[in-house]
Amino acid sequence: MITINVSMALVVGVLYSVGFYLLLQRSLMKVLLGIVVLGHGANLLLQLAGGPPGRAPIVGDVPTDSFTDPLPQALALTAIVITFALTTFLLALGYRSWVLLGDDEVQDDVEDRRVARRERPAAAMDTEPGTDEADEEEALSPRW
Amino acid sequence: MTLPVLLPILGAGLTVMGGRSATLQRIIGLAVLGTVAVLAAVLLVAADRTGPLVVELGGWAAPVGIALVADRLSALLLLISTLVTIAVLVYSIDQRIADYGRETPSTTFHPMYLLLCAGVSLAYLTGDLFTLFVAFEIMLSASYVLITRRTSASRIRSGMTYVTVSLTSSLLFLTMIALTYAAAGTVNFADLAGRVGALPEGVRTVLGLMFLVVFGIKAAIVPLHFWLPDSYPNAPAPVTALFAGLLTKVGIYALLRTQILIFPQGGVWTLLLYLAAATMAVGVLGALAQNDLNRLLSFLLVSHIGFMIFGLAVFDAAGIAGTVLYVIHHITVQATLFLVSGLITRRTGTVAIDQMGGLARTSPALAVLFAIPALTLAGIPPTSGFVAKLSLLQAGAGADVSTAMVAGVLVAASLLTLYAMARVWVRVFWGKSQPPQPDPDPDDELVVGTASTPKPMIAAAASLAAVSVLIAVAAGPLSALSARAATDLLERTPYITAVLGEGS
Repeated sequence: MITINVSMALVVGVLYSVGFYLLLQRSLMKVLLGIVVLGHGANLLLQLAGGPPGRAPIVGDVPTDSFTDPLPQALALTAIVITFALTTFLLALGYRSWVLLGDDEVQDDVEDRRVARRERPAAAMDTEPGTDEADEEEALSPRW
Repeated sequence: MTLPVLLPILGAGLTVMGGRSATLQRIIGLAVLGTVAVLAAVLLVAADRTGPLVVELGGWAAPVGIALVADRLSALLLLISTLVTIAVLVYSIDQRIADYGRETPSTTFHPMYLLLCAGVSLAYLTGDLFTLFVAFEIMLSASYVLITRRTSASRIRSGMTYVTVSLTSSLLFLTMIALTYAAAGTVNFADLAGRVGALPEGVRTVLGLMFLVVFGIKAAIVPLHFWLPDSYPNAPAPVTALFAGLLTKVGIYALLRTQILIFPQGGVWTLLLYLAAATMAVGVLGALAQNDLNRLLSFLLVSHIGFMIFGLAVFDAAGIAGTVLYVIHHITVQATLFLVSGLITRRTGTVAIDQMGGLARTSPALAVLFAIPALTLAGIPPTSGFVAKLSLLQAGAGADVSTAMVAGVLVAASLLTLYAMARVWVRVFWGKSQPPQPDPDPDDELVVGTASTPKPMIAAAASLAAVSVLIAVAAGPLSALSARAATDLLERTPYITAVLGEGS
């Protein structure tokens, strides 16, 4: 078991709560920022998992018992690269969405709302498609 | 043993370089996956004969270095998954040839497809929690590109949901690794198995639940399933088939591996048992409400994830053997169904079930091709679904009362699956035949509403259906193999000694 100091625990806690708050927003830009902040929180936590800071772990320079644990740093480095790449991808996706849709809002599941709105599924399926449902569905984009 | 991971990555690089020549890309893709399939078969035979095979990357011994481990479970899943990826690749190549001619190369599809296969192989073979994270990331990054490439407006909407949910679960995964390392001081599975047992019970429970949540999002266990029926149906048919066949199953595999090895339960795992019941019920009832063929299949996929975690929840050799058998059966069947659904959509120009009809007369081949996996999924004897369900039911009946009740839910969910499939059958294949709808989005890559169905595409889907029939034929040896895999998993020692050496 490793104990960490209170200020670091607080910083990680704040990063996580801010990250999750932003993640729950509608705009993809805020979601993206949320993921970045959350990623920082996770990487910091990985660092802290290695225990208190020590000397650089190079054999022969300093006694081995004052080494810092190198493994979490290696893990965090990999994780930072991955988060970075995916952030770039999400930015591109947001731009694409802005070009195609005019905004970067994360929208609801259209078909799900359509299914939920259908009052009597059996009756609605048997009627000619597009008679009574057409009006309310006009606002929704087509399935494809 | 590193080849199943390395070859697809190398192949991905080569297909980028050979981006000018479509034929070259196709040959590389098929050759790589074919080789991986042969390797997986060899690994399976070797692992079955001599126990788990271990490769220490870089020559560092296990708890320090990264180990790749192939035991019966991972080799078996690797083999089945690779067979499915080959069939899906053939299907999509044929689709492209039919729509765009033989000479049009694709800059992103082949590299991403091979990268995804590499990620899946690495996830099956890794013996280390952090490498599992990297494998998931390789797999998911490739899947992000596959699901959003050449997007139309509605596909980018669902793509955003998918990417956001997956990224969140990846960050939770990272958090979980950090907490595990802080508590146990290692990320090696075999090493964790020994050390987590010594932790206080509260810490162990928290870690176990985090593993369940993280892999539960990937595997789409209710209530973490909401993203799946929204995102999968919007991708092109081969991509959906690949995702439905493999990605959720990798989640199930990770759940099996970690929960059994690191957090063994004394008896029936009640929490997972109720989650299994909820997953089966929510999935199949959701499927009944759908009018969109692909969404219906996606909800059925969620429902059948419940079947798999039911076996894990029972937590004895019979239950886990049932899960392994079910995963094998479901990978092939679900992929076949999505490929056939792609063929149906290509023919009718729509995914709305109420706008189809009479396909049995206009294309009888499709009808047969749909009927085989549909009946298999519902578990009608003598198909592979029946064999897998029977072994799950036997496991459930042997345990306590609440397990037997959830086994009752399982039977009900199977019957409702059959009902959902029968509904599709009546509406799509019987009745008045309807003219194909025009392509709603002529600009995107997907060509639908054509009267032609290229024979090679049918052949690719048919070969997958044949694999699932073959599973039913080979049910005896396969269930014996799954039983051996399950015993290995539950004993834990074969895996741990193989990785850490005799002295541990």
